[in-house]
Amino acid sequence: MLLAPVVWVLTVVICYFFIAKTWWFPPPINAHGVAYDTQFMRTLIVVGIIFFLAQFALGWVIWKFRNDGGRASHSHGNNKLETLWTSATALLFLGLVVMGTKIWAGVHFDEAPPDSVQIEVMAKQFAFNFRYPGADGKFGHTELRLINDANGDPFGMDPKDPAGKDDILSASLKVPAGKSIKLILHSRDVIHNFFVPELRMKQDIVPGMEIPLHFQADKIGVYEVPCSELCGLGHFQMHTTMQVMSESDFEQWKQQQLANR
Amino acid sequence: MASPSTHTAHHAPQGFIRKYIFSLDHKVIGIQYYFLGLFSVFLGMSLSLLMRFHMVNPNVVVKWFATLWPTAAAGGIMTPELYLSLMTMHGTIMVFFVLTTVPQSGFGNYFLPIQIGAEDMAFPVLNMMSFWTTFLALVVMVAAFFVQGGAPLSGWTAYPPLSGAGPLTGPGEGMGQNLWILSIAIFCGASLMGAINFIATTVDLRCKGMTLMRMPLTCWTWLVTAILGLLGFAVLLSAGVLLLLDRIAGTSFFLPAGMFINDHIIANHKGGSPLLWQHLFWFFGHPEVYIAILPGMGVTSQLLSTFSRKPVFGYKAMVYAILSIGFLGFLVWGHHMFMSGMNPYSAMAFSVLTMCIGVPSAIKTFNWIGTLWGGKIHFDTAMLFALGFVSLFVTGGVSGIFLGQPALDLYFHDTYFVVGHFHMIMGVAAIFGMFAGTFYWFPKMFGRMMNETLGKIHFYLTFIGVYCIFTPMHYVGIMGNPRRYSDFSNVGYLANAMPLHQFMTYAAFVTATAQLIFLFNLIWSIRKGAKAPVNPWNSTTLEWTVPSPPPFDNFGGVHPVVYRGAYEYSVPGAPTDFIMQTVPPQVIAQGD
Repeated sequence: MLLAPVVWVLTVVICYFFIAKTWWFPPPINAHGVAYDTQFMRTLIVVGIIFFLAQFALGWVIWKFRNDGGRASHSHGNNKLETLWTSATALLFLGLVVMGTKIWAGVHFDEAPPDSVQIEVMAKQFAFNFRYPGADGKFGHTELRLINDANGDPFGMDPKDPAGKDDILSASLKVPAGKSIKLILHSRDVIHNFFVPELRMKQDIVPGMEIPLHFQADKIGVYEVPCSELCGLGHFQMHTTMQVMSESDFEQWKQQQLANR
Repeated sequence: MASPSTHTAHHAPQGFIRKYIFSLDHKVIGIQYYFLGLFSVFLGMSLSLLMRFHMVNPNVVVKWFATLWPTAAAGGIMTPELYLSLMTMHGTIMVFFVLTTVPQSGFGNYFLPIQIGAEDMAFPVLNMMSFWTTFLALVVMVAAFFVQGGAPLSGWTAYPPLSGAGPLTGPGEGMGQNLWILSIAIFCGASLMGAINFIATTVDLRCKGMTLMRMPLTCWTWLVTAILGLLGFAVLLSAGVLLLLDRIAGTSFFLPAGMFINDHIIANHKGGSPLLWQHLFWFFGHPEVYIAILPGMGVTSQLLSTFSRKPVFGYKAMVYAILSIGFLGFLVWGHHMFMSGMNPYSAMAFSVLTMCIGVPSAIKTFNWIGTLWGGKIHFDTAMLFALGFVSLFVTGGVSGIFLGQPALDLYFHDTYFVVGHFHMIMGVAAIFGMFAGTFYWFPKMFGRMMNETLGKIHFYLTFIGVYCIFTPMHYVGIMGNPRRYSDFSNVGYLANAMPLHQFMTYAAFVTATAQLIFLFNLIWSIRKGAKAPVNPWNSTTLEWTVPSPPPFDNFGGVHPVVYRGAYEYSVPGAPTDFIMQTVPPQVIAQGD
């Protein structure tokens, strides 16, 4: 019987921290993030009500129907109720999925616009590296045997390929604000994951596969990118940043990088 | 339904070894499984305490760490690879040797035959082999700690190439990973033997009158769990063999071309797919979740009915819910792979099916509350754990409504939100099912009662404790805390999560200490507990018609006959508030 108040107190405490948002998402930095948060809140309200009512009801029956020496009522169930709550739950759950579809479609079904800024990501144990194609818009040819991490070339750039002459390599991600970005994700050893909490987006980076991921970041700032798929002993250290810059700053950064090559 | 007298070819054994070690008696085997699981759960829990300690104190020197692990914790500071190997072994031991072993092979072995009125399992020798094969698997698994490089660090999911490309990918990825795969393969063999046995027993050995729709819900969950095991472990076994071949025979099932690992070009592999492993693994891995939780649902249904003195609300709906969970359980594995790089259109199908499987789970919750409604609830410790199961099942279940949506999984995948979700539902809810089963069936298994006072103290500490450990995981998950990190200091935004991590660590240590109360109660009660009557809870199922503990052939040469369903409580006009399944209708009529 003591269990009833214990369940109620736990329920209220859990709900309190969700309502107070004591520990919460970082603010979103694009339209997708805003849509994501809307879908999250929608789900949270539905789930929160289900959670609260179910726990409250559990506590209530524990309290109300404790043994007082009398005889329990005899019932084998109620088919109408079964039908009612089965269809209600089905509608509610499927409704939520349908409402979230647009967000998923925006990330994965829509193609990146053709004028997107293309950036190749090369993940390895335990670092991210990024490559920009330069003014020609073409990535230079790479080969495994040419990889030289000590020399700052985790990609294995072929010096003989002219398309690679203006490629820019960077250990952190720089993107222009308000433009569509298309990442081309590669891993050269194990599975890693690209995750920016503020973008509300993550994607595994799988060796042997080329996975595209497109997004737009609107708010200037520096955001953390922690690896989010177990990749070995240095997983916890595999970390970089995404800097969102104004378009002019981004162009300037590229020029500097080219000059320093 | 074969006549029970025809199947048991074996007789009561005489010697100690045949009676207690290489026993063919399903009851002894059930207890063997139970203690194997008990050893494993304390081992797995100890590993989790070391992990929780390290997460909040990554740089603190603990001298005896260096004694335990001279290389992996040289100087008394745990290395990240040691943390990951503890994590891998914690997950593996808990999932396979606790959650799969105790509810199904432990309680199921002991009580399935008795509850359906059989003298033993259908294949007693196979039953003995399946236990000793499981034991061998555990020995091989634990041995991984002691080989060169230590235990593997690729997690209980063992995603290749991390787990498939050999020692280059990290310490523990040499012999340790080989032993891990070997142990899992052996375990699969054991589980297949067990599954066949459970299915054959349920189909073939039910006593006269025990129709399927009169079976206790526990038997339904054991049957469906066995079917899941039969289909799931067969796939995991094949996947494990393929992974081992990739590692030692140079094949490329899961390893693609063009890998450059740890400054080495990997030239001898090409054409494999890392995603293939994930598909095979989760085709087993998702049903595995239901293997862990279904028997707990069965026990909970049985106990809620017994201790509230009411029939199970919607017995048929419960059976259909169990069957549809079993069926749908095989169609949702892709929700573990929304971020894996698989075709994003398939995510839509997997998420719709995932939401569908939430429906029978919700039906069960509604029916549990319906069972309690109008009852006269007795708060014995067994019942407290069953009620706790319902609360934890709801809490663990609702977070699945976030994770089952690929759109929301875009953020939550591989964060602590997931860790909180699955620990709540397949970890502690399932373990509450085991505690409930222990307190309920202990009198039958050992002929003595457990101590109720200690039981209740243990219950409340554990119930509040697990909420304190696993609820904050959802909050840090919302902050974007990635899982499988040995140290959070490299990620700036996680600084705010550290007080919560501290809290979880304290809660884990307190809750773990409370488990010693249970251990003491268990051992003390086996030796000194009050003598148990035949039917201490006034239950209705067949195991409560026989002495505690039951004789070798369960029913003392009598063939039980069943006249009614399993949950006839508080029937109007009946002399007592329960009617055993074996009471003939005319006896009740005379009682009037």
